Amino acid sequence: MTDTATQVDAIDRSGTPLIEMKDISIAFGGIKAVDHASVDLYPGEVVGLLGHNGAGKSTLIKILSGAYGRDTGQIFVRGEEATITNPRHAKDYGIETIYQTLALADNVDAAANLFLGRELLTRWGTLDDAAMEDETRRVMGRLNPNFKKFKEPVKLLSGGQRQSVAIARAIHFNARILIMDEPTAALGPQETEQVGQLIKQLKKDGIGIFLISHDIHDVFDLADRVSVMKNGQVVGSASTKDVTKDEVLGMIILGKCPPGATPGPGASTD
Amino acid sequence: MSDNTLTTQSGADQKEGPIVRFLRATEVDTRMLGMVGALLLIWIGFHLYGQIFNGFGAFLTSRNLWNLSVQTSSIAVMATGMVLIIVTRHIDLSAGSLLGVTAMVMGVVQVWVLPEMLGLNNPMIWIITVLVGISFGAAIGALHGFLIAYMGIPAFIVTLGGLLIWRGSAWWVARGETIAPVDSTFALLGGGPFGTIGATGSWIVGALAIVGIAALLLMGRRQRVRFGFPLRPVWAEWTLGLVGSGLIVASVLVMNSYLWPKGVVRRYAEANNITVPEGGLEISHGFAIPVLIAITVGIFMTFLVTRTRFGRYVFAIGGNPEAAELAGINTKRMTLMIFSLMGGLVGISAVIASARLNAATNSLGQLDELYVIAAAVIGGTSFAGGIGTIYGAMLGALVMQSLQSGMVLVGFDSAVQQMVVGGVLIFAVWLDTIYRRNSV
Ligand SMILES: Nc1ncnc2c1ncn2[C@@H]1O[C@H](COP(=O)(O)OP(=O)(O)OP(=O)(O)O)[C@@H](O)[C@H]1O
Ligand SMILES: [Mg+2]
Repeated sequence: MTDTATQVDAIDRSGTPLIEMKDISIAFGGIKAVDHASVDLYPGEVVGLLGHNGAGKSTLIKILSGAYGRDTGQIFVRGEEATITNPRHAKDYGIETIYQTLALADNVDAAANLFLGRELLTRWGTLDDAAMEDETRRVMGRLNPNFKKFKEPVKLLSGGQRQSVAIARAIHFNARILIMDEPTAALGPQETEQVGQLIKQLKKDGIGIFLISHDIHDVFDLADRVSVMKNGQVVGSASTKDVTKDEVLGMIILGKCPPGATPGPGASTD
Repeated sequence: MSDNTLTTQSGADQKEGPIVRFLRATEVDTRMLGMVGALLLIWIGFHLYGQIFNGFGAFLTSRNLWNLSVQTSSIAVMATGMVLIIVTRHIDLSAGSLLGVTAMVMGVVQVWVLPEMLGLNNPMIWIITVLVGISFGAAIGALHGFLIAYMGIPAFIVTLGGLLIWRGSAWWVARGETIAPVDSTFALLGGGPFGTIGATGSWIVGALAIVGIAALLLMGRRQRVRFGFPLRPVWAEWTLGLVGSGLIVASVLVMNSYLWPKGVVRRYAEANNITVPEGGLEISHGFAIPVLIAITVGIFMTFLVTRTRFGRYVFAIGGNPEAAELAGINTKRMTLMIFSLMGGLVGISAVIASARLNAATNSLGQLDELYVIAAAVIGGTSFAGGIGTIYGAMLGALVMQSLQSGMVLVGFDSAVQQMVVGGVLIFAVWLDTIYRRNSV
């Protein structure tokens, strides 16, 4: 993993961040799912979002992807304030998302899902199914060479196959910012490794990635920085080379911010 | 891996019987075959029932089948729209009432308003009337869609309210008066002896349809060759083509063998200064104009559903509304458009229904919504969303209408008719759940 280490050092954080989410809050009924959270992301950087179940990670990134409207806070894309009130806006900013729930239309096939909302058309303006299937075969061939079920509705695919379709969809449209919410939860070891390689490749291309995962080893392997959330608040953020895995576990479980990290509003005070 | 699939397939080939192999080769939807079977059963059943109990089997006569085709048209047109609505997990209970008020509005326009402005029998009257009807229906549909999508009121409630509101409005438009007769050109859109295309016209339509089938099969095959997808065996292609063509020829023959009644012939001869020869003049009905309208709508809707973005989004929304929204589809606008399309189709059906009756009455279309929903569901549209076909719904409409007119023909009273139709609907949905459990 020496090449990860060199990449960590290569991140230039002097310029404007790709994404800056400032002071974001959202409540569902009485529950403050996200409570004045701030995170940022630089080009070519992978930021791991960590936290226990229900910490607010998915909700936070769903605000960035336009799935939820926020109660307070601002989002800046490349330094400019962005209005993101629906998923189309986010896509216009080059933000692509792999949702934890995958968000696939179960009754249509892989190609229809891959191109959903961005279908290829013939010159008469009708769906070009053949071309879409062709492209899909190519993308999936790179991502998951064992994938063969191109004609079936995705409902009939395995969890991992469905996840591959969701990943393919997110990377196929030249994302500048990628949000991956548990992208490998259903994948086998070989496919997980493939996604790891993919993330490293995307980093090289200057794409910024928010990576949500419960696998702390994975996160340390891939992420340049981590931000830890607890009860909707950010406990702290740290470069992965300034903290140990145990310290990060302490942040997740106890909300205790170690010396190597920048504390957030959620850091416990004792 | 592809070798793998090949071996499993040929392995299955050895075990499977000729019927399964036939179905696999022709790629015919088994569900559609089931519907055709049910249809034949109904047709033959009513014919035999008539023969045994009434001494006369009236069902399988060209006259009845022609009437059946005309009666089915109006329901079939609306059923194509209901497919989209049910596929997106909504429902429209207001179709029949909306048909009624639309017919009344068209009646007022073509009988009270336009003749005053343009003069009686102006050729523009029917065109303007039809446009008014379709736009009126589409506008009301859009209103339903707006309330459902943007105000968040469930479709069931909006259209249940619509069921009452539009039926009431239908009365209110002309204070319950029946408006008749309609414009004479407009009346042709409902069929009747003059609203047909005759023997020659029917043969031309039949020939075009056969050319169309051949072209579709050929194009499909060429497409598969181009992308290296597996091909149907040649014999299967021929079977499909020949069966399709045979059905078309048969329907042309049936429609053409229904002749104009003597009185109509006499009036027609008098009006056109033709002397009727010794043995009488034989003039065929041929396809009725409403049937051609319904078929055109069916082709258009099939194209819309299978070949356009709009259709793709309809099914994606039905499969997973949240995913569709997250994929950037404007699901609210789609809902509005789907209901508006449904309203426009109701407008077309209102044209057919009121033209056929040669009058607009405020009770026109009563209970139609139930027949339309039943047609869509019998045709394989699933209430779980995401599944349905246009041709299925149109066949479903034919099944429902066959049942209905069969019962009228053999003399069941309307109480029994209602009970049977209701029972069949429940039975069909039950069959559907069993079919789905076993197929996927
Ligand atoms: N749509 C919603 N309506 C109401 N409450 C919600 C909704 N979405 C999330 N919540 C609540 O917000 C809180 C944060 O949920 P979120 O899904 O963001 O957690 P998470 O950090 O992604 O957890 P996990 O690791 O389990 O995926 C939880 O308490 C959850 O119950
Ligand atoms: Mg989550």
